[in-house]
Amino acid sequence: MAADARVQLDDCFEINPMYLFRWEETQDSHVLLYPEGVVKLNEGAGAILSRCTGDKPVARIIEELKEIYSDPESNATLEKSLLEFLEVSHARGWIKLKS
Amino acid sequence: MPVLPGSDSSLSLDGQGKPLWLCCELTYRCPLACPWCSNPLDFDLYRDELSTEEWKRVLREGRELGALQLGFTGGEPLVRKDVEELVAEASELGYYTNLITSGMGLTEKRLVALKQAGLNQIQLSIQSCDRDLTDKLVGAKAHKHKLEVARLIKAHGFPMVLNVPTIRQTLDRTEDILAMAEELKADYLEYVQIQYYNWAWLNRDELLPTREQVERADELVKAFRERMAGRMTIYFVDHDYYMGRPKACMNGWGTIHFTIAPDGTGLPCQEARVIKDMDFPSVRDHSLEWIWHDSPAFNRFRGESWMKEPCRGCPERKKDFGGCRCQAYLLTGDAANTDPACALSPHHHVIEAAIEDAFRPRVHRPLVMRRPRAVSTAFTGGWDEAPSPP
Ligand code: SF4
Ligand code: SF4
Repeated sequence: MAADARVQLDDCFEINPMYLFRWEETQDSHVLLYPEGVVKLNEGAGAILSRCTGDKPVARIIEELKEIYSDPESNATLEKSLLEFLEVSHARGWIKLKS
Repeated sequence: MPVLPGSDSSLSLDGQGKPLWLCCELTYRCPLACPWCSNPLDFDLYRDELSTEEWKRVLREGRELGALQLGFTGGEPLVRKDVEELVAEASELGYYTNLITSGMGLTEKRLVALKQAGLNQIQLSIQSCDRDLTDKLVGAKAHKHKLEVARLIKAHGFPMVLNVPTIRQTLDRTEDILAMAEELKADYLEYVQIQYYNWAWLNRDELLPTREQVERADELVKAFRERMAGRMTIYFVDHDYYMGRPKACMNGWGTIHFTIAPDGTGLPCQEARVIKDMDFPSVRDHSLEWIWHDSPAFNRFRGESWMKEPCRGCPERKKDFGGCRCQAYLLTGDAANTDPACALSPHHHVIEAAIEDAFRPRVHRPLVMRRPRAVSTAFTGGWDEAPSPP
């Protein structure tokens, strides 16, 4: 899992099976659970990771999010920050490329 | 649209008043006899364990309080036949369930059942890379079985945490121990200091490593961590006796961690019962909610108002919470004192004296193994009178 690997638009990611990703009512947010650790995700992060189901190319995730958060001005930055977030998530081992 | 996350988007949780970690000590029974065991010296007297139904109630109430991580530990939790049933209940409730085990009693059949029940992760303790050494240290033939269990855990697709204590008898084998962790394909390695309470405290003079051992291990671990980046996460905690700074008390007393002892006693940390002048409530008499939010024991060291100097005015207090309350009690007589591992503590000399004592030329004493009635606690209470600093 090289941290410098760039995310491609046709990559499909899934949650690393080491992690448990789910909605947590008591935190009112998505969480990632792993051996002896918890990460609480903000709304955007939760929206992205819930689409990392192994069958959706990154390009489609971008489309879907643009539809939900349709605001032409932020659409340009949306793509960039989404790719950044996926890269960070990948480097941390939260997601892996569907092989 | 809401702010999309950048690299700092993920917040590690502080509990916001919720006990994120529920630690269930299912039993103190254990086939091994580790001389650093954290269980009480009179562990044998706690026969009245919570029943399966009582544990299920604990699990439900813990979830209602917001607990996310669950650890089944002991003793050896697998001594109990209802672990599978409790794991199933816990998964149903939505916990991330960790089994913390010595590996004794773990068979392939039980592993399969635990997997089916929804167990998420296994933490396996192993004491060295050497069969003879491990077996001597735990007082039983265990090493070979532990290695087999490690392979089975991986073969069944569980994330595996290897937990290896760092003690004088094993620290010089660090290179081989790291190689073993790599060979076993551990996902996490906890190469950690034992905590000097209960059995470890009795045996401290023989178990305490030297400063040189700790520093050498630290270097080896750093190099290993770099090499294993992306493959293994390694925790190596510096030895507080040599750091001049205390270990942080979790996220602070009563902030994220909730332990339930085999007899149902609710504890803010697994060692808290060493503080003899405190009473801890039982889940047999109270709800977890009351114990967590309202009991005097859980509130006693919450926040900062209980702190004394030098902690009270020290900027480090936000990070280390003044260190360990149990160690403060055990070594200074007052659990509200600054942890004497801190060089700023007026009691720090007790740590220096302990190190000096441990390495004074002498005939080595035998290790007191954790066995029923190995020692008598009949005549030990708390401190008669807390000592004042010189
Ligand atoms: S430390 Fe050793 S003796 Fe104590 S519970 Fe763990 S395996 Fe058993
Ligand atoms: S004085 Fe207290 S808060 Fe400051 S470093 Fe020492 S233990 Fe921590």
